[in-house]
Amino acid sequence: MSVIDLVPYEEALASYDPVMGLEVHVELGTKTKMFCGCSTALGAEPNTQVCPTCLGLPGSLPVVNATGVESAIRIGLALNCEIAEWCRFARKNYFYPDMPKNFQTSQYDEPIAFNGYLDVELEDGEVFRVEIERAHMEEDTGKSTHVGGATGRIHGAEYSLLDYNRAGIPLIEIVTKPIVGAGDRAPEVARAYVAELRELIRALGVSEARMEMGQMRCDVNLSLMPKGATKFGTRSETKNVNSLRSVERAARFEIQRHAAVLDDGGTIVQETRHFHEDNGSTTSGRIKEEAEDYRYFPEPDLVPVAPSREWVEQLRGELPELPRVRRQRLQEEWGISATEMQSALNAGAIDLILATIDAGAPADQARKWWLGELARRSNEDGVELAALPISPAQVAKVSALVAEGKLNDKLARQVIEGVLAGEGEPDEVVAKRGLAVVSDDSALGDAIDAALAAQPDVADKIRSGKFAAAGALVGAVMKATRGQADAARVKELIFEKLGVTPE
Amino acid sequence: MTDLIRSTAAQTANAIASGEVSAVEVAQAHLDRIGAVDEKVHAFLHVDTEGALEAARAVDAKRAAGEELGPLAGVPLALKDVFTTKGIPTTAGSKMLEGWRPPYDATLTRRLKEAGVVILGKTNMDEFAMGSSTENSAYGPTGNPWDLSRIPGGSGGGSAAALAAYEAPLAIGTDTGGSIRQPGAVTGTVGVKPTYGSVSRYGLIAFSSSLDQGGPCARTVLDAALLHEAIAGWDPMDSTSINAPVPAVVAAARQADVKGMRVGVVTEFGGEGYQAGVMQRFHESVELLRSLGAEIVEISCPSFTYALPAYYLIAPSECSSNLARFDAMRYGLRVGDNGERSAEEVTALTREAGFGPEVKRRIMLGTYALSSGYYDAYYGSAQKVRTLITRDFDRAFADVDVLISPTTPTTAFPIGERADDPMAMYLADLCTIPSNLAGNAAMSVPCGLAPEDNLPVGLQIIAPALADDRLYRVGAAVEAALNDKWGHPLLEEAPAL
Repeated sequence: MSVIDLVPYEEALASYDPVMGLEVHVELGTKTKMFCGCSTALGAEPNTQVCPTCLGLPGSLPVVNATGVESAIRIGLALNCEIAEWCRFARKNYFYPDMPKNFQTSQYDEPIAFNGYLDVELEDGEVFRVEIERAHMEEDTGKSTHVGGATGRIHGAEYSLLDYNRAGIPLIEIVTKPIVGAGDRAPEVARAYVAELRELIRALGVSEARMEMGQMRCDVNLSLMPKGATKFGTRSETKNVNSLRSVERAARFEIQRHAAVLDDGGTIVQETRHFHEDNGSTTSGRIKEEAEDYRYFPEPDLVPVAPSREWVEQLRGELPELPRVRRQRLQEEWGISATEMQSALNAGAIDLILATIDAGAPADQARKWWLGELARRSNEDGVELAALPISPAQVAKVSALVAEGKLNDKLARQVIEGVLAGEGEPDEVVAKRGLAVVSDDSALGDAIDAALAAQPDVADKIRSGKFAAAGALVGAVMKATRGQADAARVKELIFEKLGVTPE
Repeated sequence: MTDLIRSTAAQTANAIASGEVSAVEVAQAHLDRIGAVDEKVHAFLHVDTEGALEAARAVDAKRAAGEELGPLAGVPLALKDVFTTKGIPTTAGSKMLEGWRPPYDATLTRRLKEAGVVILGKTNMDEFAMGSSTENSAYGPTGNPWDLSRIPGGSGGGSAAALAAYEAPLAIGTDTGGSIRQPGAVTGTVGVKPTYGSVSRYGLIAFSSSLDQGGPCARTVLDAALLHEAIAGWDPMDSTSINAPVPAVVAAARQADVKGMRVGVVTEFGGEGYQAGVMQRFHESVELLRSLGAEIVEISCPSFTYALPAYYLIAPSECSSNLARFDAMRYGLRVGDNGERSAEEVTALTREAGFGPEVKRRIMLGTYALSSGYYDAYYGSAQKVRTLITRDFDRAFADVDVLISPTTPTTAFPIGERADDPMAMYLADLCTIPSNLAGNAAMSVPCGLAPEDNLPVGLQIIAPALADDRLYRVGAAVEAALNDKWGHPLLEEAPAL
């Protein structure tokens, strides 16, 4: 691979308009696989959730998972799609060892849902409409682990291990129409689209859509055309971009790379590319021109899917409040700005905040913890907020301890840290670490006396009515009690000892 | 019971139920017969002596305990080696699956076991059911019991030969383009392709999914009907299986009456390429039906002319995809895995070594027909022809109850004669293929010997989808009338082995 000098982002966008196409695969959270009765639970021993059908044994046959179809229709409806009255599965033929039948049962020219859109909100509250081409049903492949070799990819590996537990897990592939007109906001649109889609999938309850677990995977197709042109350029397809941040970075990198190639008078090769989390770059995968002809044809082992209009309308009527509508409602209820709401969305914090409120915490406290301390931790640890080992109920408990005066902010952070470290429930962490606020007057008395004695000049200032000076004494007491004192009570006691009464 | 191996399935079942003979005695008699003649016939790829005796003992125990026995309990059966049998070798006639023991039973296998049918073993077949002579088996050809130097038909030649050689009174075949009916015709036995979707394909190793259909093979029409009822019926494991009651085929076989039925003679079948003796016996059958009270009309089905080319696009297309799973990764043959070669190379070497020439030919044909840029011209056009053929049938069945034709244009040809001429081989299925494309029901029933070679000729009867019972009414009537005329079943004229 030759090293290329990327064109600075702003410069690239001055000369070119980006066109994107996003393909998102969502693993459905159905109990069983798409075409057989095997469990879809994650984390089982390799090759223990398999049967003749998902292993593609000779003679085996698929049967469609009705819940999978229902989920696909609900996703389609939530994406404002038309739902096919009659559609078929198709076989996508290609050889790969992790695909037991050497064809993937998918849909080709008759997707279950088509012609929709999703409105996504950017950081500043601007709404961008992303048109949806189609959403179709298919099955996942098994998982290959390539052992040996430097890259973890099949080339250069010594051997590969195959786990077919994932083979046959239902997938919905959601494909956008070409996204044009986003200009320099294209990477942001890409990110916001995937984030919004993730919220939608979760709101529908059809998948947890956890990108870090591979339950939601995104391919970013991108091309550039000279500014003002209408004919799309040649695209690259960056596969399996697996976090929101990576989606944005991949789009940004490809814009800069394409611009560099085009500026040099070169041509973009239509190819798949791999994204590298470590440095945000992409590298060439395989050239598409020599890629397989998938020889699609209607799957003869399955009868067509023909959802009745009554059923579709019933499902439409049962759709939950969609995320954007809900966010607008919450934003009003919580009295926050669009930007604040957007950052809660980006952090994946909305449901956590709501659950924390449900567990008894005031809304501002719930937001403060999830978007502050916990968001920082999730960034540091590189895990999603929801994956942190702390529950909304535990956060609500910490918040309650603060409200009761048993913890102050500093101590509360330590309690949270203890819960995250697996030290138990908030109460247990308080007890084990001895973190309770000291508000016992006699225990504080000595520390206050010492502070007054050490800083007689400050005591005089307070006596003369300069109450703000008390801060220095409070600080000294807090220091002496290693932060465990109740600062408000310390202040009261100081005034009491000095015989003054602030207004 | 005087002759355990020459009895019909119905007689054998009655004798076992009444205690006249034990199921073990019946099974042993057939195992002995297989031991005596199968070296010459080679109907079986695998004989499951222990399994058969165990199943027979279970039937005897059930009877001893006073439990009710099903209509075929204790009757031996030869199972085409294309249905999976748990723990018992299943090869589909291919080297690719040599030594494979499936971890599961096909739905059909399970139903046979539940009916108390005694599975003697697995029968020879053209590799992956691709062929009309059983010469494409990776394990050597099967001889036709009428003349061991001739083919027993295919792909289910093993099942048909087992019946004709009295190695089993019942057998199972699969019919994708005629693989039950054509072997039935050339061995003087009865073979039925039920309506597509009436016998579960779960556990049937697929050749062409939209055409494959399992069905009964027997020496009498009634026996075929009894087997039909045992294996047919809705299966939730096969989404193309029809959720409808099985037509009353046993009652129809007992009725054996064609009075007042309208029988259509397909005018497209006959003429050049048809053996004179075959046509002679066919015309006699038409007259016989007329004499039995049927009304005979001529029916033209012009699209049938295109059935063969359409079939040879659709079946290979589907097979090219169905057989992709044989890649040496999970089961079956693996060639060239020396620890150095890539998975891709091992897959290629295995497929090169494991598939026979006819299978390769069809995979290549199908891969080509499905290719981008050719799909519409080939696979797409073939699907249109399929629709036209279905319409021809619909028009015909609006006028008549059943259609008839010769089952196959010629009698059994010598082994090797057409081995190097695929087109000549494909013509054996000329009359049978339309029913597979349309998904309706068809039967072949013996109608005599061709005078020029004294080999069996089959009469094909075709009924609309889900009207399988009509086949049995007509077939049983023809069988009864001919047996009366000859004084014995046709098969008794076969030379002793």
